[in-house]
Amino acid sequence: MHAALHEIRKIPPTALFGMLVITLYIIVAVFAPILAPYGESEIVAYEFEPWSSEYWLGTDSLGRDMATRMIYGARNTIGIALITTLLAFFIGCVAAFLSATLQGWVDQVISRAVDVVISIPTLIFALLLLTILGTSVYSLIGVIALIYSTFVFRIARAVAMGIVVMDYVEAARIRGEGLWWVMSREILPNAAPPLVAEFGLRFCFVFLTISGLSFLGLGIQPPAADWGSMVRENASLITFGDLTPLIPASAIGLLTVAVNFIVDWMLHKASGLKD
Amino acid sequence: MTDTTPLLQIRDLVIEGRAQDEWNPIVKGLNLNLGRGQVLGLIGESGAGKSTLGLAAMGFARDGCRFSGGTVHFDGIELLGADRATRRNLRSTRIAYVAQSAAASFNPAYKLMSQHTEFPVLKQVSSRSEAEEDAITLYRKLRLPDPETIGFRYPHQVSGGQLQRAMTAMAMACRPDLIIFDEPTTALDVTTQIEVLSAIRDIVDEFGTSAIYITHDLAVVAQMADQIMVLRHGELVEEAPTRTMLSDPQEDYTKSLWAVRSFTAPAKPAVKKGTEPVLSLRNITAQYPGMPRPVLEDISIDFHAGRTVAVVGESGSGKSTVARTITGLLPPISGEIILDGAPLPDKYANRTKDQLRASQMIYQMADTALNPKQRIRDIIGRPMQFYRGLRGHALTEEVRALLSAIELEPDIYMDRLPSELSGGQKQRIGIARALAANPKFIICDEVTSALDQLVAEEILKLLDKLQNEYNLAYMFITHDISTVRAIADDVVVMQMGKIVEQGSKDEIFTPPHAPYTDLLLSSVPEMDPDWLNNTLEARKSASI
Repeated sequence: MHAALHEIRKIPPTALFGMLVITLYIIVAVFAPILAPYGESEIVAYEFEPWSSEYWLGTDSLGRDMATRMIYGARNTIGIALITTLLAFFIGCVAAFLSATLQGWVDQVISRAVDVVISIPTLIFALLLLTILGTSVYSLIGVIALIYSTFVFRIARAVAMGIVVMDYVEAARIRGEGLWWVMSREILPNAAPPLVAEFGLRFCFVFLTISGLSFLGLGIQPPAADWGSMVRENASLITFGDLTPLIPASAIGLLTVAVNFIVDWMLHKASGLKD
Repeated sequence: MTDTTPLLQIRDLVIEGRAQDEWNPIVKGLNLNLGRGQVLGLIGESGAGKSTLGLAAMGFARDGCRFSGGTVHFDGIELLGADRATRRNLRSTRIAYVAQSAAASFNPAYKLMSQHTEFPVLKQVSSRSEAEEDAITLYRKLRLPDPETIGFRYPHQVSGGQLQRAMTAMAMACRPDLIIFDEPTTALDVTTQIEVLSAIRDIVDEFGTSAIYITHDLAVVAQMADQIMVLRHGELVEEAPTRTMLSDPQEDYTKSLWAVRSFTAPAKPAVKKGTEPVLSLRNITAQYPGMPRPVLEDISIDFHAGRTVAVVGESGSGKSTVARTITGLLPPISGEIILDGAPLPDKYANRTKDQLRASQMIYQMADTALNPKQRIRDIIGRPMQFYRGLRGHALTEEVRALLSAIELEPDIYMDRLPSELSGGQKQRIGIARALAANPKFIICDEVTSALDQLVAEEILKLLDKLQNEYNLAYMFITHDISTVRAIADDVVVMQMGKIVEQGSKDEIFTPPHAPYTDLLLSSVPEMDPDWLNNTLEARKSASI
């Protein structure tokens, strides 16, 4: 207990702030139905009501309560971004570790395929695929995970390349261990620190991409609430001097900053830097 | 020589290092005097504080270290209190440093010459063309091949021994008053080491440079130093002139260092005729894909149960490649490997579990051989689980028994990570992992070369004990002749991928030798301060 307290005291304030923000977001996302005063897509009043004690952040272009939409939006946007990032990491890491362990033509095929995907601008490629596949949540997750797995692949392969030449990996191989064991028990634990840091960064990018796609109308579909489309739908309010559309935007910004604070701290720890 | 003040004077120096947010002393109040033209040898195990002291002579503390007491006077200038600029000017021009690994210290992107001339030109000691001319003179004095052109090569284009000499030349560039040599020959083969040693000694003599020579090898320091300081745990154990120190050490610790090379495994009776070897190599020739010539040519070695075959040679002689063919990492292009009378498939992927289990390997660097993220119980337990199907309680009991066998207390070490062990303990875990498979044959690839002598000695004793207990056959790859003397029953001498000479230890070590064996044996430094002179003398007269 004392040791744990000591550990916490050593965490820099920026990382603590990041953790605090993320914990808040998670609480909001998990308890959305309890916290929200109204239903997710319930039309409760006229359009564009101003802030009031009844509608804390006013209402949106269809007369739905903004505060409620914000709370549900946390759930949708963060949840989908998290699943997408996890999937991207799973695909990317498996492919990268296969490349690094087997090398030869396997590595060539995967690496060149990744080069091809990376050479196409992310957003354009995502728009293209989503137009072909349709805009369901599943295709959204699949497409973005696939695109981002290529970036994960790059870094995971580089890290794994340094690990497969270690004697303990050689020892495991000549012991006769299977491919899955070598990848999951020998390589993964040693590749974890940079990958975790990368996870934080990628999560931000995925989050921003989904918000961006939603803003363009190809992301999370109405009536589900999400912050990206909330910015788009209410953007016109800005011209009337109302700051409401900036709230979902700053929710996105705050999360990004918070995640990056934590990632910085983890990178620092992983690289063994003291000062 | 009226100036009697020493060039370097260190008084009550205390240096602290930080570990887990606490400052612990690494150097605990050391005193040191170094006169002009004198060579001082610093000797001790790793962690004795000798490198830290060597760097302190330049007024430098590594990251995570700090000076917390004492003074360092260099030619009347107090270095610890001096400002950065003063220290920086002294370093490069009047104090120079030669690091252990020249290969890691040179910038791979620049040619040797441009790195050599950087400081003299920067400090305006000489113009670029003068500095280049001078570099060639130094290269010649250090007996580098092609002194006129070698400077225009990149570091990767010259050999390790040459690089080490080029680095000494670079340290000499501004004709410093003091050079600090930090284990400059530790990473080199004995045959190369002797050249570097004599080159360093001659050039230090010629320019009357003072030097601090840091090493863990007594025989080497005996050749180089006028005075020797023995350090342990950051404290001085003993200090005396070289000859006195060698002939009449006072302290028990010093005596124990001197006695280290005394361990010899008891000789075993010769193999009975007709005994089947555990593993034998028959006319193995191997080649890396895309290389013009084979790395191994026609290698035949028999390994018998309960016996140790030492394979010796310089780096590049192919001794580790033999291990790679046996483990199935490099399939031979011709010849066969026989295990228990049956041929072994070339590639490890085609071998059965029993075949894999029969031959195990212990690596040189325990640091990279043990997965840093696995606990000791998993590292040792996995081969038992994998080959022998042990689970749960039975597995735990086996791990405990094995840890006891390698003389580590199971309760303390079972749940540690490799990073929580010392170098010697890590190597013991490496041994335990090999034993966990219940093997018949173990390859020991330079298992003691990364360890301090006292620790290495313990490891050799342990290996010998285990060999008798489990009737194991060892292949002992090493470049260290004293290790061969200690543990081998049979010796194989390799050069350029071929076997030069092979036979029992007595046969190999009794003259007449093959010429290469002779060179190898005579290059091993001895504890005699005149050894280097005598050897060079003998070689010179032999070549005339």
